[in-house]
Amino acid sequence: MIWLTWRQFRVQTLVAAGALALLALAFAVTGPQLVHLYDTTVATCRAQHDCQIAMNALGSKDNLLQDLARLVMLVVPALIGIFWGAPLIARELEAGTQRLAWTQSVTRGRWVAVKLGLVGLASMATAGLLSLMVTWWSSPFDRIGAGRLDPAIFGERGIAPVGYAAFAFALGVTAGMLIRRTVPAMAVTLAVFAAVQAAFELRIRFHLIPPLRLESALNMNWVTQLGSGGPAGLGSLFVGISPTLPGAWIGSSQVTTAAGQTNLGPMPPACGPNSSYSSCIAAISRMHLRQAVIYQPGSRFWAFQWYETAIYLALAAVLAGFCVWWVRRRLS
Amino acid sequence: MTTVLQTRGLGKRYRRRWALSDCTLEIPAGRIAGLVGPNGAGKTTLLHLATGLLRPTTGTIEVLGGPPPARPAQLARVGFVAQDTPTYAHLTVADHLRLGAHLNPGWDAATARDRIEHLGLDPGQRAGKLSGGQRAQLALTLAIAKRPELLILDEPVASLDPLARREFLRGLMETVVDQELSVVLSSHLVADLERVCDYLIVLVGSRVQLAGEVDRLLATHHLLTGPRRNPGTLPASQHVISASHTDRQTTLIVRTDAAVHDPAWTVSPVGLEDLVLAYMSQTGQPGRRPVLEVQR
Repeated sequence: MIWLTWRQFRVQTLVAAGALALLALAFAVTGPQLVHLYDTTVATCRAQHDCQIAMNALGSKDNLLQDLARLVMLVVPALIGIFWGAPLIARELEAGTQRLAWTQSVTRGRWVAVKLGLVGLASMATAGLLSLMVTWWSSPFDRIGAGRLDPAIFGERGIAPVGYAAFAFALGVTAGMLIRRTVPAMAVTLAVFAAVQAAFELRIRFHLIPPLRLESALNMNWVTQLGSGGPAGLGSLFVGISPTLPGAWIGSSQVTTAAGQTNLGPMPPACGPNSSYSSCIAAISRMHLRQAVIYQPGSRFWAFQWYETAIYLALAAVLAGFCVWWVRRRLS
Repeated sequence: MTTVLQTRGLGKRYRRRWALSDCTLEIPAGRIAGLVGPNGAGKTTLLHLATGLLRPTTGTIEVLGGPPPARPAQLARVGFVAQDTPTYAHLTVADHLRLGAHLNPGWDAATARDRIEHLGLDPGQRAGKLSGGQRAQLALTLAIAKRPELLILDEPVASLDPLARREFLRGLMETVVDQELSVVLSSHLVADLERVCDYLIVLVGSRVQLAGEVDRLLATHHLLTGPRRNPGTLPASQHVISASHTDRQTTLIVRTDAAVHDPAWTVSPVGLEDLVLAYMSQTGQPGRRPVLEVQR
């Protein structure tokens, strides 16, 4: 069964290995230069007070490869589900070859278990290697960016892609097995996988660990918006802040009065149309406003990675178990 | 073990539709048994139940004296060539033999190689590029080299041209002679079965209409032609299977163990095809249960 799985999956394995090798080559050529650039400019910029220039210079290096890395990390788990998962059983059912495979001297339980196991491991290995390369190569960029908890890059670093690939693969196999046709199964796999990823990123991930809450006097350096149209209506004061907590993932932020009310009261006269910005700022700082920020600190990156990976792997295991059960008991 | 396949009240339902219902039959060992019936009679369902590809909804089925294959040891005893002889299109002929060797502990590599060589198949050829006849031969080779005790073939020649059909059946005959295996072969074409089968089962609407040794069936059925008369006036030992009348003449197919002595009849042998068609067309006539077993 191992031989047959390898023989059926040989081309895909070689394609994946080739693509990984090409990417590894590109990273190996450019990566050391990025590290060097970081060490010689950004790491020492404090002393020369030109950090913004150094970071901009680094950030604009290898733009094409940065985009490619992002794209690859985004689509590879979905592609694995679509092209490795969905056809795994569906193509056999379409061609009727399961009638050949299941009447050899190998039980169909073993047939499906070996296929799921080997191709599933290949999926995870592919995503894992890819993530390893991208995580290493991108680390200079990540250190000058918004932090690795940033939803834009969290799922493209560390071990989470391994979980995504395993889940996408198992999802594809399940869809193919139930729908019995490869192309519709591919479409369903993509739709469900994208929906699960979006739901996880927008609704679930932030709450995996109880977030921290920062309450303090309003930090005027964080204020990014000032104006009318607060919670109490058109004439009321509105203060928007954009907290800069290094590496943190900000869930929400709110400005309240000293008494804790969200209604900040009417606009101070100093913030009227004919007054200066600095006098308005001065007026607001005299109001002794407070701020509340709910956030996840950047130090929790690996905790989140483990939780997310474990959840996706558990989902994949449930789907794989269902596939084995279905093939043994129900499929015909 | 005297039967290779025995079913009692066997039924299989797909959602609401019964593909096979209340099927009771017995196929003796050491025969090439032909399973014949119209499309939709449940032949494929029956054979899939016998290979373990399907599970019965009702009733029981015994294959080679045990439950249908599910464990490796039982799977190894039954070879199967499915309808349309599926093979892996992108795998080569040699790959298929390797597949057989890896998946079957009792694999007979020499037989497989010899057959492929004898058939003139190119081992490097992809199965998807083979002709229908060659693909059927490849599928048969896989099933044979597994060294089964029972070989089940589901309409193996249905899609083949007459020449390929003859080649296939001849190859099957040679193997059966060499390997002493029992064969169950389904077809909706009696002519194919006539050439190879020594046992025949007619299945119509899940029911066995006729089962028995081909020689015995032919010996006990007669075609009677004579002046027009009512079939009801025949002796009790003669069972009328089919009757057709013109203004002056009556033609009957009758079953009887005794010789027909009535001088009014012209007695001639019945061809297998006519015999099968006579039993098939009996269905749908209410009040008659023409289920019949002709045993030795």
